Amino acid sequence: MFSRRVFMKNGGVALLSLGFAPAFLARTVEAAGAVRRKILITVFQRGAVDGLNMVVPFGEREYYSARPSIAVPRPTDPEGALDLDGFFGLHPRLAPFKPLWDARQLAIVHASGSPDGTRSHFDAQDYMESATPGVKSTQDGWLNRYLHAREHADATPFRAVALASQLPRSLQGLEPALAIGQIGQFGIRAGQATDMLQASFESQYAAAADKVLGRTGGEAFDAVKMLKSADPAKYQPENGAEYPRSPYGDALRQIAQLVKADVGLEVAFAEAGGWDTHVNQGAAVGQLAGRLDDFSRGIAALVRDLGDRMADIVVLTMSEFGRAVAENGNRGTDHGHGNAMFIIGGQNVRGGKVYGRWPGLAREQRYDGRDLAVTTDFRSVFAEVVRGHLGVADTKTIFPGFTEPQKLGFIA
Amino acid sequence: MKALARIGLVALLAASTVAATPSTSPVPSNPDDKTILHVLNRIGFGARPGDVERVRQIGLSAYIEQQLHPERIRDEQMAARLAGFETLNKSSRDIAQNYYLPAQQARQRAQLAKKNAPPAAAGSGQPDAAQQPRTPEEMQFARKMREPLMELSEQKIIRAAYSERQLEEVMTDFWFNHFNVFAGKGQTREYLTEYEREAIRAHVLGKFRDLLEATAKSPAMLFYLDNWQSVDPNGPHPANGEMFGGRVFGTPGRNGRIGARFPMPIPQRNPNQNPNAKQAKRGLNENYGRELMELHTLGVDGGYTQEDVVDVARAFTGWTMNQPRQGGSFRFEPRFHDPREKVVLGRRIKAGGGESDGEQVLDILAAHPSTARFISTKLARRFVSDTPPPALVERAAQRFRETKGDIREVVKTIITSPEFFAADAYRAKVKTPFEFIVSSIRATGTDVTDATPLVQSVRQLGMPLYMCQPPTGYADRADAWVNTGALLNRMNFALQLVGGRMRGIEPGTATVGAVLANDISPATAETIAKATDPKQVAALTLGSPEFQRR
Repeated sequence: MFSRRVFMKNGGVALLSLGFAPAFLARTVEAAGAVRRKILITVFQRGAVDGLNMVVPFGEREYYSARPSIAVPRPTDPEGALDLDGFFGLHPRLAPFKPLWDARQLAIVHASGSPDGTRSHFDAQDYMESATPGVKSTQDGWLNRYLHAREHADATPFRAVALASQLPRSLQGLEPALAIGQIGQFGIRAGQATDMLQASFESQYAAAADKVLGRTGGEAFDAVKMLKSADPAKYQPENGAEYPRSPYGDALRQIAQLVKADVGLEVAFAEAGGWDTHVNQGAAVGQLAGRLDDFSRGIAALVRDLGDRMADIVVLTMSEFGRAVAENGNRGTDHGHGNAMFIIGGQNVRGGKVYGRWPGLAREQRYDGRDLAVTTDFRSVFAEVVRGHLGVADTKTIFPGFTEPQKLGFIA
Repeated sequence: MKALARIGLVALLAASTVAATPSTSPVPSNPDDKTILHVLNRIGFGARPGDVERVRQIGLSAYIEQQLHPERIRDEQMAARLAGFETLNKSSRDIAQNYYLPAQQARQRAQLAKKNAPPAAAGSGQPDAAQQPRTPEEMQFARKMREPLMELSEQKIIRAAYSERQLEEVMTDFWFNHFNVFAGKGQTREYLTEYEREAIRAHVLGKFRDLLEATAKSPAMLFYLDNWQSVDPNGPHPANGEMFGGRVFGTPGRNGRIGARFPMPIPQRNPNQNPNAKQAKRGLNENYGRELMELHTLGVDGGYTQEDVVDVARAFTGWTMNQPRQGGSFRFEPRFHDPREKVVLGRRIKAGGGESDGEQVLDILAAHPSTARFISTKLARRFVSDTPPPALVERAAQRFRETKGDIREVVKTIITSPEFFAADAYRAKVKTPFEFIVSSIRATGTDVTDATPLVQSVRQLGMPLYMCQPPTGYADRADAWVNTGALLNRMNFALQLVGGRMRGIEPGTATVGAVLANDISPATAETIAKATDPKQVAALTLGSPEFQRR
């Protein structure tokens, strides 16, 4: 009943008082009493973040010898990594994550990645989003296949939303998904004639004999009104949350808005770029540090803003591959293999632990003699979230051709 | 412009006397507006004001026949519209050396200058090198680097909107999408202009086998599906092939063991990769072999096995290119070619065939009945409906087999069939974003002198040109394009277009009669009647549910 009450408080009354109650919303309200839908928020770090400087294996001598100018110092140093378990530490600019770790709301899977060895951004992102590494012809993304496996009558147009100008590969497929750059811009834009033209288009689509276009058009206009009532311009984050002022921070803030508006959100997508640090990467400070600052403050603000609702929400982060163990000649890092992923929130997440087998960084332990080896297939992480958090027991259609090994246990 | 159209009309009328239609043809001899509009929507990108009347005068059957022979259609105004573009006829080498390389060199110079610069301050949120402010020199070259792809995208829109050879444009769009390559994958974009011009456009109504080989040997495809770096793991072999006398299976390589790594320089790997990165291990790459069968020829259920994928990939080892970073061309490199025997779909390809191995594979695939069916299904889906009638697909596939893959004949079978003119094919297709935008330009008689805003619009509607990532190409089914966000974007595009707010675009206006043959719902008619000016009429027409279909 929690969800229903919030809906009534935040938007429903206002809508009803305007004499407007979209059909899908009515369904949501009815359903709210019965099912509290779980939400998954994915964050893609496009460009291959350096996982070794993000979650630092400060207990490895090799880490320091391979990275003379860009290693993050040990926790004993004032600028050093934030100790997690005596072996791994967070980059100091990930400090906003530390309270989440301490509260066991944040889990890490290290040395995770793709069984495919490509070092092309394009191929690796494609494989990660289709979740069929090595198979290029897969047309749909894994998040869309999840939506399909979970098809239900109460789906709303806001079921799957990417806060991006383009629908990402992971959300493409049979099930409808929205790409919205700015939720305040979602609607008909015709200056002074907006209301009149919107009403005209709406009546055209409402009367269309064309069932497919008629239904979709109807939902589009319902959605427009819904958002207008939620009044995105006036949104105030709660609990003192402060989102970073970046496109990525904006995206997360708008995801929080959609969650709170109870418009039926189940999967959200945001992305952060700027990770391709071939030159002058920096260490505790510098380029990568700046990006990690934005990254972690965004997620920490989201978690704070959403408060108790986080019990039903998991934030999952990913990046197409990691970076080489050794720094290059430009004080940067080149394309590598294994990486680290974060899992945050969710009632059942068993945080405060780094999961996955650590392969070591000695030359003979590396992939191709140069990169962090992958000991956990990224699909294992996805699958565990889909099963443990989203509650889909059979993940075969979501991860075709993948046999899930024993679960890592980051979700109870 | 009018005069030119009239000249074209005379030429068309002259041709129509040649192509007399037998009375048994399913092509109506006395078609109504809806039927003519249907044809214009399917074998072209929709009607311009006056087109329906023009086609009626020419005769529907003659018009179709004319479109099947684009070389017979005069299209002078196209040359004038494309005159301002400088890269469309350039070679890949020219484009690589004069547009891409200078930008790379400028970037390298700038990076070298930054190399010793101190790292940025903590928490500054400073983005990485790629996003840092660029030097004026870098900016200038970066702008120039974007020209070839932008010009290519603009010409695609301009040709589709204004060419008299409408079917040729439809087919160019269809085949490019069928043999899709992605401009975002490394150097692929440097080869795109030549790829579309010479591998695709030159063969769109020709023989399928020629089209297939042109794409197989195109640097764009070699690059995009990685075949250029697919090599025999047992190589390298002597260049003159003297060792290949049938005893090669299991023959030790030059350094004395089978499966040895290459001791010699091989083509540079992924250009996305930093040049400082060490070379990774190398060997057979199955990407092209797999997609060639799954997407280009047989179809996913076409009856091939994983063993076939491997042997096809082996046959294509050594199909690589010269100087991949400098606009080089196709080259067969015997040192990287697997010389042993291959078996593809039960057919033996003898050892030592060299470059001809790949050609034999193309022969086998092009002649395979699964290919005839797969290609016919996709063409029927493009021209008739998302779920094309099986009987039509079967007749088209039969024509494919009879004519050894003559595309013109297969297309003709489809667009002159009873199924094509059947009532349930009418408005059965939802337009793709590209089709929607181009048909909007045509319907409104809009004059486009700068198509760059339209390139942006197609992207905003979710179909960025030359930027479809997977090798499947864009979907040709309604469900891929109908969703709430996309529909609103289409209505907003209609408003934007007729509002005259786009640079270089002089909008005309649409009348319902011309654009939709007056075939609209009472609700649509009512909203249009209530519009207060011609721009609103046009916007409400282009944004209507009726106009989203073709």
